[in-house]
Amino acid sequence: MNKFLLPLGGFALLAIVLAIGVKRSPEKSTIPSPLIGRPAPAFALASLTDGNRIVRSSDLRGRPYLLNVWGTWCVQCRAEHAMLLEVQASKLAPLIGLNWKDEDDQALEWLARLGNPYDTVLVDRDGRTAIDWGVYGAPETFLVSAAGIVTYKHVGALTREVWAREFIPRLKP
Amino acid sequence: MFCSIWIGTLAAAAAYAVDPTMLPDPALQARYSALTHELRCMQCQNQSIADSPVGLASDLRAQVRDMLLAGKSDDDVRDFMVARYGEFILFRPRLSARNAWLWLTPLVLLLIGAGAAVRILRQRGRLVDQDIEPVDESERS
Repeated sequence: MNKFLLPLGGFALLAIVLAIGVKRSPEKSTIPSPLIGRPAPAFALASLTDGNRIVRSSDLRGRPYLLNVWGTWCVQCRAEHAMLLEVQASKLAPLIGLNWKDEDDQALEWLARLGNPYDTVLVDRDGRTAIDWGVYGAPETFLVSAAGIVTYKHVGALTREVWAREFIPRLKP
Repeated sequence: MFCSIWIGTLAAAAAYAVDPTMLPDPALQARYSALTHELRCMQCQNQSIADSPVGLASDLRAQVRDMLLAGKSDDDVRDFMVARYGEFILFRPRLSARNAWLWLTPLVLLLIGAGAAVRILRQRGRLVDQDIEPVDESERS
């Protein structure tokens, strides 16, 4: 009896560990950001619509905001565009666009054609700000609290489901 | 014939090398090469940033180059990347409180195995001892 107990126990333990791993694997496919719970990386970037206007991260303090990383070369950004218009219409938080490694005229044409969901669009032509934010694939959407802390990051196209489940509860405490 | 194919292959490999960066100092170039080979391309996860042609990899290479030229150490570069992308960006994860159990598990398993081996060998030794004891006369029949 005792002879079988140890291997059986070992097997059960392994099965439990693997079951937890399998159950959690869908969410593990996106890489967790080390930025969560830390101050949002500082930036000073030109506005897309007004190249003379420089927006600094400190200008955005005082109320929560969303930072959406996008580019006209990004297929999933096209897919989430309608959802971004809904986010803008909800008026829950200002939506800041980070136009990542794009051409200004193409970006402006995109916004004119599809509608502009952003309160402000910032231009990150050389991608340095995106590196500071740990961006690895557009679209990515960050939620930054009024105190300037990154509280959530979504990788991939924003869907109504993700918006309702992850963003709204954090915006309406 | 084969030689010319081989040379052709080498020439093609050089022409299509992903990263043409050359730093002025050979020692710096060596550090640059080592670092870009141990940082993961986050978009194409099983390639290093040295081998990946995607835009983000070339941005990160430029970041490594600029940091080295500015006199930063290898660990400064690693810390910079980990602060932004997490430990996942390192192909060789560092020992930390969170992953210590993973590093120590093989050692623990080895100790358990060694313990079991010692026990089994001792038991066998006892069996042999019992075996060579002279057979009791009374048990003979």
